[in-house]
Amino acid sequence: MPDLAAKKKRPLWYNLSPLNLPLPGLVSILHRVSGALLFLGLVWFLFLLDMSLSSEAGFAHFRAYVAHPVVKLAMLVFVWAYLHHFCAGLRYLFLDIDKGADLATTRKTSYAVLAASLVLTAFLAVKLW
Amino acid sequence: MVGRVVVGAHYGLKDWLVQRISAVVMAVYTLIFVAILLGSAPFTYALWKALFANGWMRFATLVFAVSVLVHAWVGVRDILMDYAKPAGLRFALEVLAIVVLVGYAGWALQIFWRP
Repeated sequence: MPDLAAKKKRPLWYNLSPLNLPLPGLVSILHRVSGALLFLGLVWFLFLLDMSLSSEAGFAHFRAYVAHPVVKLAMLVFVWAYLHHFCAGLRYLFLDIDKGADLATTRKTSYAVLAASLVLTAFLAVKLW
Repeated sequence: MVGRVVVGAHYGLKDWLVQRISAVVMAVYTLIFVAILLGSAPFTYALWKALFANGWMRFATLVFAVSVLVHAWVGVRDILMDYAKPAGLRFALEVLAIVVLVGYAGWALQIFWRP
């Protein structure tokens, strides 16, 4: 006879946080985070574009503005967001047509997406500084 | 799907497709844009201005800008559907996103088509 009182005390909600998020899951949530970031950044991108294309003086102002370390840092965050969203997006397009959809390959391509966007961001960081 | 009255069949398929088409447009534009920038060495105002004055580039940039806004809309809507559960709040945020994106469209036109 099972102990019904003990059974009732079983948790109704399981804390799943100790489980590891698989690599494709990490790429997925970062795709969402980077997308949200890019949406929020749109106003700033338009502001920069407007400044840089407004006039010769505006362009000079733009060059001085983006030379500021804080601005450079912010730009790098958005550069990473764009690169990650780009690479992860390409991966999803291939997954849509059933290319690389098996488990081993999705893990490999997830790793490639994370690595490629970080390496390219680092490369641009070096070029910017 | 039987009990669904408010929406028709294939609801969401169009958005799904639009998201992918706009993604491809933006990816191609990005690659071309980076290639052009890498190919033309000193980054000056004259070069920057001339780049966006070019007819093909204007056409491509307009298509790119429209893709960004449409893509952003589908993405933001996806996020809101997942996290903004109260219908009123979600509706308000969706309207806000549309207003903002339409405003951006006007701003982008003004930037690129400035005389």
